[in-house]
Parts: sequence; C-alpha cells; structure tokens
Amino acid sequence: MAQVQLNNIGKTYPNGFEALHPTTFEIAEGEFCVLVGPSGCGKSTLLRMVAGLEDITAGELQIAGRVVNHIDPADRDIAMVFQNYALYPHMTVRKNIGYGLKNRGISKDEIARKVDEATAMLNLGDYLDRKPSQLSGGQRQRVAMGRAIVRDPALFLFDEPLSNLDAKLRNQMRIEIKALQRRLGVTSIYVTHDQVEAMTMADRIIVMNAGRIEQIGTPAEVYHNPASIFVASFMGAPPMNLLSASAVDGAVKLGDQTICQTQHQGPVTAGIRPEAFVLDATGPFIMDVQIVEELGAHRLLHGTLNDENVTVHIDNEVTAVAGPQRLSVRPEAVCLFNVMDGQRLSCSP
Amino acid sequence: MKRAGFTTISLPVLLLLPQLVIIAVFFYWPTVVAIHSSFYLQDPFGFGSTFVGLENYADLLSSREYRKIAWFTVVFSGLVTFFSLAIALVLAVKADKVLRGAKTYRTLLMWVYAVAPPVAGFIAVIMFNQSWGPLTEFFGLFGHRFMVGVNFNDTAFSMVLASVWKQVPVNFIFFLSGLQSIPRSVREAALIDNRSASGRFWDVTFPLLAPTGFFLLIINITYSLFDTFGIVDTVVKGEPGNNPMTLVYKVYVDGFRGNDLGGSSAQSVILMVLVLALTIFQFRLIERRIHYT
Repeated sequence: MAQVQLNNIGKTYPNGFEALHPTTFEIAEGEFCVLVGPSGCGKSTLLRMVAGLEDITAGELQIAGRVVNHIDPADRDIAMVFQNYALYPHMTVRKNIGYGLKNRGISKDEIARKVDEATAMLNLGDYLDRKPSQLSGGQRQRVAMGRAIVRDPALFLFDEPLSNLDAKLRNQMRIEIKALQRRLGVTSIYVTHDQVEAMTMADRIIVMNAGRIEQIGTPAEVYHNPASIFVASFMGAPPMNLLSASAVDGAVKLGDQTICQTQHQGPVTAGIRPEAFVLDATGPFIMDVQIVEELGAHRLLHGTLNDENVTVHIDNEVTAVAGPQRLSVRPEAVCLFNVMDGQRLSCSP
Repeated sequence: MKRAGFTTISLPVLLLLPQLVIIAVFFYWPTVVAIHSSFYLQDPFGFGSTFVGLENYADLLSSREYRKIAWFTVVFSGLVTFFSLAIALVLAVKADKVLRGAKTYRTLLMWVYAVAPPVAGFIAVIMFNQSWGPLTEFFGLFGHRFMVGVNFNDTAFSMVLASVWKQVPVNFIFFLSGLQSIPRSVREAALIDNRSASGRFWDVTFPLLAPTGFFLLIINITYSLFDTFGIVDTVVKGEPGNNPMTLVYKVYVDGFRGNDLGGSSAQSVILMVLVLALTIFQFRLIERRIHYT
C-alpha cells in the first residue's frame, strides 16, 4: 500500500515561476525515500508541500490514503526534522519533545512516558531539563529527532537534517537516523543535496533537477544505470567520466577503439565510472596520468585521455605513477547518452 | 583570548571625556543642585533661601493633592503602557502576516512616530474641541457631553488616548522586528506541533518576544512618566485647576509657575528615587523570567 501518493503535484509561485513541474510518484509504507539534487532544484519545496508549509498549486497529495491538500500541517499526521533543528529555544528538552503531544490532548502521564521512551532511545536522558542553547549540535539534532518520533506519525519528513553538523558527526547521525527509521518502520522522505547521504541511506532515491524528477530508483540503479547525463554527473564521488564518442554503423568508438554496440548514429556521450577502467599493460587506451591521489584503501588517477579529463579508480595493491598508462574499459559498464538532450541511450557490450 | 588594551591611561580618558562631560553637566550637576535645593525654601523673587531641612518632603507627603496626583500618575502610566503595548502587539502580529502591500501598510503604521508630543496633544485638543471636535461629536452620539479641560475624566481620557496613539508606532516597529527575528523554521515546527493559532502565539511567539517586550515595558513606563509632558501640557494648557496632571508636570507647575523651587526640587528627588526603585524592581523580578537567545 502506498503511504504517500503524489498525483501530478506541481508548484507555481504567484510571480509565475514554476518551482516544481507536475510530478507523480508513490512511496510505499515503511520506505526510506531520499530526494536529492542541487540547491534550487525544488526538492525542499516538494517536501514542504507534503508537510503543508507550502501551498500545492496543482495535483493531489495523499498521505495514508487520505487527500490532505487542504489539511493543516498539524492534522496531516506528519513529523518534520528541520535543517537548523527549529527547537523552541525557551523550552527544555522535555518540553520541546512533549509539546506536540500536549496539544493533542494526551494525558500528562502518557506524555511523560512517551518522552522518557523517546529520550532513552536517543540517549538524551541526562539532558531532559536543559535548554537547547546548552546542547551541542549533535544533541540538538537528537532532540529534533525525539520531537518527531515521540509523535509516532504516519510520515517522517527530513529537510537536510545533517547539513549543520561536522563531517564526523554527520556520518554517525546518518547511521543513527537510518537505524532508527528501520526500527520504527515509519515511512520517511529525506531531502539532501549530499549524494553520499542519498546513496547510503535510501531505499529509493529520487534525483531532481530544475523542478523535475530526473530518475527514481534504488541507489544501485541510480549509480550504475543513470537515466541522464545529469544523474551520471551528480551521483557518485568522483563522478562518472563523460567522454565524447561517436557511433558509426552500430559501433561506439572512443578515439579509434570500439567500446560497445548501439542502434544510434552520430556523436554520443560515453559515461564510464572511474572503477570501470582497468589498468592493463595491453589495453587499447593510453591515459596521461598527472596526479595520483592516495586515499588509503584505493587510489585515484587524474589525467587526460584523448585530451579529455578522466579519473580512474584503482585498488591500492596496484602501483601507479604519473605519466602514460595503458588502460582498458569493461564494456558492460559503459553508459551511452544522447548528446542533444542528455538522455540515456541503450547499448550492449 | 588576548584583550586589546591601552598602554596609557590618558587616551581612554580622553575618548570617554565628551560623554562624561555631557553626563556630568546634564545629569549629575542638576541632580546635585536639585537635592541641595530640596532642603531649602526659596524666595519666589530669587533674593535668597532658607534652610528648612526635610520640611519640603514632609509637606509633599502629607499633601492630599500630591497623593492624588501620584495616584493619577500611576493609573495614567499603567493605562498608557498597557494599551500602547497591547495595541502595538496586535498590529505587529497582524502586519507580520500581511504579504501583499506589507511595506505600505507598515510605513503607514509607523508614520505617527514622526509626530512630536506637543503636536500629538494639540491634535487631541482639536479632536476633542468643545464645539466642533469630531470625537466630541462621536461621544455626543452616545449622549455623553465630552468636555476636555473641564471634566476631569474626559481630560484624562484624551491625555491617555493621545499618549497611546503617539507611542503605538514605536512599539509596533520593535514588536514587528522582534517577530521577524523569530526563525521561520521554529514557527513552522510550531505549525506542525499545534493546530491552534492562539496556542502557538502564547506558547511559542509570545515567550520569544519577551526580550523585546521587556525592553519596551521599560521604555513605555519611562515614556508615560516623563515624555508625556508635552501632551499633558497641551491638553491642560497650563491651567491646572481641577485638571489631571502627572508628577512630572507638577514639578514644572510648582517650580516654574508657582516659583516654589524647593518644593519642586523635592518632588524631582522623589521621582528620581521612584524611577531607581522601579528599574531595580524590573530587572530583578521580570528579567529573570525572560529567555534571551
């Protein structure tokens, strides 16, 4: 059963700017769905429309089988975690977490029990009587999480909840949030501009660009089978190498070497992930390696191939030095894109 | 952290000097003179003075008229402070929600701030003019003959009205900026947590406005005690008679109209002590309950 259903949901501002083109998708119950895209792509607008903080100007939104277009945020049975936590600065942790319950006519004992339960789950037990200003960034983030989970809503909404934290804490909280969501089984929509967060946390990723959905798929699908040049270059660090190639009589040629077969004719863009290249003494390609980036578990070679910038991923047991290196390509890992509209073209090894 | 400091004492003293001179000339010196002359009985024509000790104070405190004026001042300040804060808060909360034409609306609400107190008083006098004042006619509709300068309550009412009208824009500006400094996401979180708009206001918006409110409370009490002088003067037209007046106005009437400098000085010393006590009270009692972010 679909927990959240968007039917042609669109957003046009009064000044005529179309922030979100009509969009249709479903999120299954218990699913962790990540909206990812560069800033200004409409992902936050979409989330805020689901929350009810932004008007829906077109289409129909259903949460748990109920049309909620004109229902107040408080009555949508959702909980939201904001980027800057949005804690009530004058309330203690206990009151911050209990505030949403208090307004729903729940008895004091019940609130106290639920708050204790939520704070125990988040290791906040020692901070119940502190004000947000006396907490660290990570603790504030936990309080914001507590405020969401204590309500036991039909849907969690996360608006870039980790972007105010430092890198180490971010990794830790990423795992905590994911584990918590697994444990509670609450359907979640998570907005981020960080593709690593999207890859690691999502059951399903929705990649957005300029108010449109570029691709919906599992992290593996989005990574290995990007639907467009945008997705290919946005997802993955380092991003996919995009090289100009040409298709002549079914064979796609990079330089003068055939890398795969296609129906298409004329110039195409070949997308090759850094790990789809293999250092090979008998390989057909010669890469001019300029920089070897040592990353411990693996290395990245940066350089040029046929005068185009290329990044190659190699394991740390393979030695590599700057200078010309012979490479081959795993043909099954090549993606082809239309040069004109950036859309994916089919190809075979 | 290393503190930046001055190597010599002369430069900081030099920099502080203009401020210190101003405070000394316009505050400490008059204060000392006032305290000094409050112990004397001055000759009305300035030919000399006699030391009378605490007699001026004793006279004041036993005077029925003085106690009546003190009581009126308390009521007047209370009403002016309460209504200027409350009305400004309502206007600010409403103006904050306006999306279209917000600037025009706000500018119109702030305009009154540019009106000087005596002018505000004069406008009140015109509005309440005995024979053709629009507000006099308005009250006439309800069968009440409004008489500014004759009827004590009517005069008091017009003084309060003019003072509130004059002060609302200042409070409005501060409340509005206070409202706008509340993070949008905190309000949105409240929107999700509480479906009742009034509940959200009292639980979230109001406590977060408290620092602004406290600041304005002090400013407004000071205003209603001292800055309403111009309004009182215009409405009363320097003819005390049976008319209501504030303690500050009485200092002026007794000192400069009645030429009783000693009694007038004693009054200003009493006022000074009252203000001091009030300030201590405010900071001790109220400020503790306020959350500053």
